Formats: sequence, structure tokens, C-alpha cells
Amino acid sequence: MKKRQILLIFSLVLMATLGLVGFSSGNSTNSEGLNIGDMAADINLKNVNGEMVSYEDYPNANGFIVIFTCNTCPYAVASEDRIIALDAEFKPKGYPVIAINPNNPALQPDDTFELMQKKAKQKGFTFPYLYDSSNTVYAKYGAKKTPHVYLLQKTSEGNMVKYIGAIDDNVRNADLVKERFLANAVYELLEGKEVSVKETKAIGCSVKQ
Amino acid sequence: MKIIIGLGLSLLLFSCGETKKEHVVAEEIRTNAQQHTELEDFDDSPIPVYDFPKLEKELLQLRNDTTYIVNFWATWCKPCIKELPYFEELAHKYSDEKVKVVLVSLDFPENLHTKVVPFIEKYKLQSEVILLADDDANTWIPKVDTKWEGSIPATIIYNNKTRSFYERSFTYDELENELKSII
Repeated sequence: MKKRQILLIFSLVLMATLGLVGFSSGNSTNSEGLNIGDMAADINLKNVNGEMVSYEDYPNANGFIVIFTCNTCPYAVASEDRIIALDAEFKPKGYPVIAINPNNPALQPDDTFELMQKKAKQKGFTFPYLYDSSNTVYAKYGAKKTPHVYLLQKTSEGNMVKYIGAIDDNVRNADLVKERFLANAVYELLEGKEVSVKETKAIGCSVKQ
Repeated sequence: MKIIIGLGLSLLLFSCGETKKEHVVAEEIRTNAQQHTELEDFDDSPIPVYDFPKLEKELLQLRNDTTYIVNFWATWCKPCIKELPYFEELAHKYSDEKVKVVLVSLDFPENLHTKVVPFIEKYKLQSEVILLADDDANTWIPKVDTKWEGSIPATIIYNNKTRSFYERSFTYDELENELKSII
């Protein structure tokens, strides 16, 4: 009898969990997020300067470097200077950085909009730092960690995903980087080539939702 | 019974809103220190510091009659810290059997003395703790398991017959059930 009760409780918890996950990810048919070759959904999110930002605001861009990041994850903090440098390197070439904070500040108090504004000002972010207030964009893209990069190329059909993964092969220390995965991918697109390394992996802080 | 419900509820809380198979991570702690790190720098370390080839050889590919439970965690990872006591309890309960728990910290090596060692002392961890100091995660994550997305906690339970990988958090009961299904 006791075993049966335990089993019942666990089944209920499991069902409730699955129900909540299904509800919060919003789009159950796309719970795995974007793959290489998919068209990325447009965004319309509030920047730290108060303005709304979408891809349509960049008619002259060739694509976008979309980076899910946050204020305090050790991996995100270690990447800040590199993200600023990527924007400086690639915005003039038509691939601006767009940073999105996917964390829910109710669960991660260090990631409120006000603290995002403070971070952007302190670090001198040259790119939009957007707040995913509806908590839906990260799920549509399938971002699981911070930092998590999606490189998009503008095509006649939309913004096509060309690379997913890490900025480079050493999150901890920029001086020890040997392979700049993301930068290499952008240069390949600029040269009209196929991206050779399309997906990479890194340890990261999970999205808090 | 209350304990079971409590465990169930905490599982529920941690699972809320996370995408599909993720039961994963939380983090704190700001860190800026960025120095060059070599394994020789850790000769006087109170815990072993391995690069991935050494970890793979000495921990992930052993072929003997012991069942190994290898948990990847970090001091900044909230759900990791929450489940560490379950790994400790399991190791204690199965101390008379051929079961070994090893906790692999993914903290940055420059935080070894400031965060990892104090954490081990504060929580009086009895299981062996190894610091994995290997920056090239894109190379070694798929070698741990091809399914691993890179979030923690992550756990491998294996012996010379079978091997299971989990990118998720555990309750004590869930963890023990997984072990029982393997030994």
C-alpha cells in the first residue's frame, strides 16, 4: 500500500511538472528550439535605453550575432569584453551583436531590468541588451545556457540560423583562445562560404525560468 | 511520507518553466580572475586537479567490479549544491558495496583555494572531489557524453557492464533507484 502511495505521489508530481514545462515553453511543437538552417523568429524586446528593438530596425544588416547572456553568471561575466569586441569587429561588416537576457528576475534577483541597465552602463555596451520580459524568446530559440550564441544570416525568406554554440574554445580566459568559433563562422559568411563548424558546446549557466 | 512529498515538491519547483529535459543549473558568484593555468601549478593542491585526458583515463573509463557515480557540479550551481547531500548519503549507505562516488568540480581553477576547498570544508564533504581544469569544453563535453548540452548538474553512473548519463537534478530516491537499476 505504502509503495503504491509513493508511486502515486511521484506520478502526480511528474505530471504536474510536465504540465508546467509545456505551459511555460509556450510552443510545445518547438520545445527543442532552433536548428541550423531554421528561420529565427523575429524579436520585439525592450532595450536597456527603454526602446523596443527588432531585427527590422536594421535594414542594412547582413545578419545578427544574437547572444543570450546575463548579468552575473561567471561564464557570462568572463565573456563581456569579448562580446563588446565582437560588436566592434562585426557591426561595421553588417553583423551587429544583439544581447538578450533570458533570466527571470523573480528567480535570479541579479537579473532585473535595472541591474541590466547598470551593467550596460558600467561595461559600456555598444549593442542592445534586451530584456526577455515575456520569457518566450529563449524558448523559441532553444537557448539553454548563458552565454549561448545564435548567428543569423539575412535571406529573402528570413533570418537563417548559421551557427549555434560558444563564442570560442576558452570561456574562462580570452588570452588562451585558440579557435574563435563564432568569428570564424561570420568570416565564412562574409566570404560567401558555408560555415564549416556549425555547432559547438560549452559549460554554461542554465537559463532561470 | 511527508519527506517524499517534500522531495517531490522541491523537484517540482526546480523543474518549473525549464525547457524539456532540463532540470538544471543555477549560479551565483562573480569572478574575474583570469590567469594562465597549468596542472603543475596545483602540485600542492589539497584536492586532485586533472585535465580531461587524465580524468577520462583515471575516472571515466575504468573497467573493474566497482560501480562509479561521477557527478559534475560547481560551487556557483544552486541545484548542484542542493543534490550534493544525496550523493553523500548514497556513498555512505553503499559504503560496504563496490560503489564509489566522485564529485567533479567545474569551478574555475583560480577559485580552488578561495571557493572550492572552503566549500568542501564547510559542508564536510566525504566523497572524493576532483577539480577538472580543462578549458577546451567543446572538445571534452561530447567525450563525457554526446548528448550533454553543457549544463550542470550532470551525472554518469557506470560499471563494466553498463553506463548511463543524466543531464538533470536528482532527489535521493531517484538517485538510489538509478543506482539500483545499474548494480
